[in-house]
Amino acid sequence: MPVTGTGRTSRIIRWIDYRLPFVTQIEHELYEYPTPRNLNYWWNFGSLAGIMLVIMIVSGVVLAMHYTPNAEMAFDSVERIMRDVNYGWLIRYIHMNGASMFFLIVYIHIFRGLYYGSYKYPRELLWMLGVVILLLMMATAFMGYVLPWGQMSFWGATVITNLFSAIPVVGQKIVTLLWGGFTVGNPTLNRFFSLHYLLPFIIVAVVGLHLIALHTHGSNNPLGIDSKGPQDSIPFHPYYTIKDTFGLMVFLIVYSIFVFYMPNALGDAQNYIPANPLQTPPEIVPEWYLLPFYAILRSMTFNVLGIPSKLIGVMLMFSSILVLFVVPWLDTSRVRSATFRPIYKKVYWLLVIDVLALGYVGAHRPEGIMVIIGQLGTFYYFLHFLVLMPLIGKLERPRPLPTSIGAAVLPAGAGAAGGN
Amino acid sequence: MPRFVFALATLLGLAGPAVAQETPSLPHQQWSFQGVFGTYDQGALQRGYQVYKEVCSACHAVRHLSFRNLTELGYSEEQVKGIAAQAQVTDGPNDQGEMYQRPGRPSDPIPGPFPNDQAARAANNGALPPDQSLLVKQRDGGPDYIYAILTGYKDPPAGVKMNPNMYYNEYFPGHQIAMPPPLTSDDQVKYADGTKATKEQMAHDVTTFLAWAAEPNLNERHRMGAKVILFLVIAAGIFYAAKRKIWAALH
Repeated sequence: MPVTGTGRTSRIIRWIDYRLPFVTQIEHELYEYPTPRNLNYWWNFGSLAGIMLVIMIVSGVVLAMHYTPNAEMAFDSVERIMRDVNYGWLIRYIHMNGASMFFLIVYIHIFRGLYYGSYKYPRELLWMLGVVILLLMMATAFMGYVLPWGQMSFWGATVITNLFSAIPVVGQKIVTLLWGGFTVGNPTLNRFFSLHYLLPFIIVAVVGLHLIALHTHGSNNPLGIDSKGPQDSIPFHPYYTIKDTFGLMVFLIVYSIFVFYMPNALGDAQNYIPANPLQTPPEIVPEWYLLPFYAILRSMTFNVLGIPSKLIGVMLMFSSILVLFVVPWLDTSRVRSATFRPIYKKVYWLLVIDVLALGYVGAHRPEGIMVIIGQLGTFYYFLHFLVLMPLIGKLERPRPLPTSIGAAVLPAGAGAAGGN
Repeated sequence: MPRFVFALATLLGLAGPAVAQETPSLPHQQWSFQGVFGTYDQGALQRGYQVYKEVCSACHAVRHLSFRNLTELGYSEEQVKGIAAQAQVTDGPNDQGEMYQRPGRPSDPIPGPFPNDQAARAANNGALPPDQSLLVKQRDGGPDYIYAILTGYKDPPAGVKMNPNMYYNEYFPGHQIAMPPPLTSDDQVKYADGTKATKEQMAHDVTTFLAWAAEPNLNERHRMGAKVILFLVIAAGIFYAAKRKIWAALH
């Protein structure tokens, strides 16, 4: 849909577009980008994640104008934002709860992909880029949590950076490099602030690649079958722009309830106490979105074949995310959507329960029954990806797939009528 | 290496402090600032400030507050000037290069009782009275916890050996708290507004004041939230109707 019209504005746009086809590109991706006509509301979470990234960057840039990355002043500068900066409390609560919302959205987005097999041919790279984004988000969120320099900031940073000391030979050197000294201190805070500002823009770049990969083969859909012609797809605009906008409003209501009525519900009270290197908090717990991984990390309580439990725990934790990279090849089924995979569908929900259970374990002291549940949960997590996924793909007999998207979702006969 | 071992032990939960003794669950109090439309009760704020000033401020600072913030308790600017002028603050250096004392101004931070933490410990048997400006947000249970501590002093049960200079408090983790009971008798404070100053009343009022000190923007936050959410609900309705209309052609 090229720019038409003879007005001055249209002429200027045409002049620019001839040299820099930006408008054409946008129109191509919005109007002509064919999207399956049967996407359900679980497909809203991709655009929501993109919007959340923008909200985080905008609120973060404003916070950085008032924040002081110095171990002596960081905590007070955050309190100053909360008390004296115009609407500083609002911006900070948006940013703080935004991190939780971002992870909530991305986790739903990932589990949607796992259910509908969105990682399968030809979307393997799309999926892998998504895992890269997840890793970058975790690093960014962790470093952001350190910036207010409260007790949990300091001790969280101490525990997590110490994980790298488990690496044989060079571990301690890496930790010193991360700290910029021999303990978590001002240099640590400075480099974390720098990286916390940098990484989101790298996320933006990877999101760009994620979108290029997405638009190359288009969205997967709840049926998991390829589009077989124009009757199966509709233009992204206006159909999905309006559906996404409605979804955005619903999401913003949930987000607002947190920001305005329970802004500290997801945080830890300890982080309102200024960092004190001489006093360990009663419990060091990460934010909720990292709890399942924390549980996996702590699940190793014994050495295996002379390898220290800590090293195995660290390896398990990183593997729990790295295993996602190879999911496209671990899943041996050619059928994408779990709708047509009776066994995989059940196992999928077991994985959801398993991850929630691991999150619960991560929030509690590793004592008694929690240790056992954590170990079983970790075992099942890897069993799901490394054994069940390949095995079920081979053994399961999928239900018959519909012949086309249109045939499945339109009234009989209407599908043949083509577009609209 | 010891640091590494310590961090690992912390990580694995081995080096946590001794398991805290059982504390009863916090009794839930009614707070004016709870709920969607909750706001700070100004009477309670002013009474609470009076309790803070006459009792707590002997040991505890509120370093994130300035005198000017007190207008939010309902005091006029003139009153706040008067309150500030009663305090002596250190300023300077002057032309002679010397620091000097002057009466406080509304723009000054409210001065604490001690010049530094060491002085605070020296005056309190080695214990450090925490700054109170964020106390409510620093403790799980928030205002209920503060109220419970203030009203939770008891004689130690038989068989409990108290450490020197420690007091038995039902709700404090480990039950041994270094803070002597701050609210000891009814009418310890003579309220300016004539409210009967029972121990419970004083605990309730000062907790309201401390909740405000920790989260002074709550009133505005609650007001704005109601408007924002109302707007979003209406917008969601409109966009849902638009979505139905646009998609109608497809079905």
